[in-house]
Amino acid sequence: MLELAIRGSKKYYGWMLLLLGIIGVGFLFYLKQLDFGLGITGMSRDVSWGFYIAQFTFLVGVAAGGVMVVLPYYLHDYKVYGRVTILGEFLAIAAVVMCLLFIIVDLGQPMRLFNVPLYPTPNSVLFWDMIVLNGYLFLNIIVGWNVLEAERNGVHYQAWVKPFIYLSIPWAISIHTVTAYLYAGLPGRGFWLTAILAPRFLSSAFASGPALLILLCLFIRKTTNFDPGREAIQTLAKTVAYAICLNVFFFLCEIFTVFYSQIPEHMDHFKYLFVGLHGHGAYVPWMWTSLALMVLGIILLVNPLTRKNEGVLAVACVVIFAGTWIDKGMGMISGGFVPNPLHEVSEYIPSVPELIISLAVWCVGFLVLSALYKIAVSVKEETRA
Amino acid sequence: MDSSRRQILKFFGISALAMSTKPVLDAFAAGQAAGDAEANEHTQSGPDALKARQWAMVIDTREFHSLEDVEPLIEACHKIHNVPHLPVKRHEIKWIWETEYKHAFPMKGARFMAEDLQHRPILVLCNHCENPPCCRACPTQATFKRESDGIVLMDFHRCIGCRFCMAACPFGARSFNFRDPRPFIAETNKQFPTRAKGVVEKCNFCAERLAVGQQPACVEASEDKITFGDLYDPESKVRELIKTNYTIRRKQSLGTEPAIYYIV
Repeated sequence: MLELAIRGSKKYYGWMLLLLGIIGVGFLFYLKQLDFGLGITGMSRDVSWGFYIAQFTFLVGVAAGGVMVVLPYYLHDYKVYGRVTILGEFLAIAAVVMCLLFIIVDLGQPMRLFNVPLYPTPNSVLFWDMIVLNGYLFLNIIVGWNVLEAERNGVHYQAWVKPFIYLSIPWAISIHTVTAYLYAGLPGRGFWLTAILAPRFLSSAFASGPALLILLCLFIRKTTNFDPGREAIQTLAKTVAYAICLNVFFFLCEIFTVFYSQIPEHMDHFKYLFVGLHGHGAYVPWMWTSLALMVLGIILLVNPLTRKNEGVLAVACVVIFAGTWIDKGMGMISGGFVPNPLHEVSEYIPSVPELIISLAVWCVGFLVLSALYKIAVSVKEETRA
Repeated sequence: MDSSRRQILKFFGISALAMSTKPVLDAFAAGQAAGDAEANEHTQSGPDALKARQWAMVIDTREFHSLEDVEPLIEACHKIHNVPHLPVKRHEIKWIWETEYKHAFPMKGARFMAEDLQHRPILVLCNHCENPPCCRACPTQATFKRESDGIVLMDFHRCIGCRFCMAACPFGARSFNFRDPRPFIAETNKQFPTRAKGVVEKCNFCAERLAVGQQPACVEASEDKITFGDLYDPESKVRELIKTNYTIRRKQSLGTEPAIYYIV
């Protein structure tokens, strides 16, 4: 089936070349980072994780979001999703690839990466994160590829694939739970030290992942002969609506506990993000924008009139994707580091090379996604022709 | 078809070659492993080495009044450990430094406390916690609590630079080499390793000095303002100070059991 990825229109080639070009530029900046060290980023002794780890965290969510089509289709035999499950699985593959790359570009000594499996350390959450992320990648490759190939050959997928499908469902939950545990178990980081962090991560994941999937479905319908189906898109929209409501609800639960208890070590991070602390407030406009976007998303998706209008739905999905991205891809990580353990404020602003390297990793993800979607759509067009 | 067959043959040829060299490599690896084991067997502490179940430190903050009182200690530590002076604040590396009471003990300050106490320089460093969250977080055991004496150590050669330990440390005790530190070391001490870029470092309680019977450098330079000893030896000087003075520790409520005690 791989040959389908390299046969395409001029537009397809142009798009892939554009991505490769940006990846090339990003790679040059990465070489610079390898040579100089992580000092070319905006990270510091106080904010020791930045944009890379934030993107990683957000994308784990996008990857986990794929389960929102896999679960209804395989567990509840919800046939409408038959056309889109492969899109969910392939989106998960591309997202996990980005996650792994963001971890690698964040390492100070990437050539020592294999020290993690060489010295297995079960008490480290990062060790488990390695297992769940790679496991999820392989599960989705195995399941997605085999099911699609069976469809292409006009047969039912083989029986041995079934256990992997079932396994991939709880596994999707696990990747974002473990990722939340990276942060939620650290003493002295009041912003993350909350049991609601994993649920919050999951709810934002189940909003952002399916929102992106809806946008991709709409794009595919417009540009190819394959229609993922109006009903599938509408059902997905309901999933996004519930998930984004839950996400804002969980956020408010956190706000209540933090501000009613008035414990400064927990409050100060929220103050820094939403109103500024000791004269520092680079993220204040971003955080309010994020909240406004999520609320707007709720209004547009909960109301059936707006949800059923596919134009408005597309806008709502962009709004929700952007809102959850700012929340997790910008505020969630640096917010936890400011103020620092000594209660000093040093702000983090990503550097230009850091942003270019991040953009390149996103482009790798979209390159993988484009190739995989090209294959999936070609097979669907073939079998329906 | 032919060309693909040729490629397959080529692939198998290279594989066979690789397999035939494997025993040789294994032999090398085995030799090295045996060497390691031997080295471990023979790694004994020297005749003068200082020993303890858990090293601990008592800092008498009443004895430190101005920056002049703390700078020689900081300098002594940073000099012998090849800690660089980096021009950019973001890239800063420090093993021991001074800060105000409200930063050393956030949420522990009384509001209208004595001016002297508010502004007195408080030395802060790795607490060598008895229950260290950094060691729990490290995915490669590059940072670990040495069982023989409780020092939290770093293996600079194993650290992958993920900085999980920095996020886990509630005391901000760890620094990361954001760039090659070597050009920024004024005078390199050949007795102690310099670090490469991309690894984390911090205070090691002068493990290398304890091994040859010397007190930690900051303790030596402090002229008895800092006391160092075994927390589990009832006869030790640190135990006596803890018993006879009211001492506090940084963020005790987090349960990490810091081994640095402060007399305020």
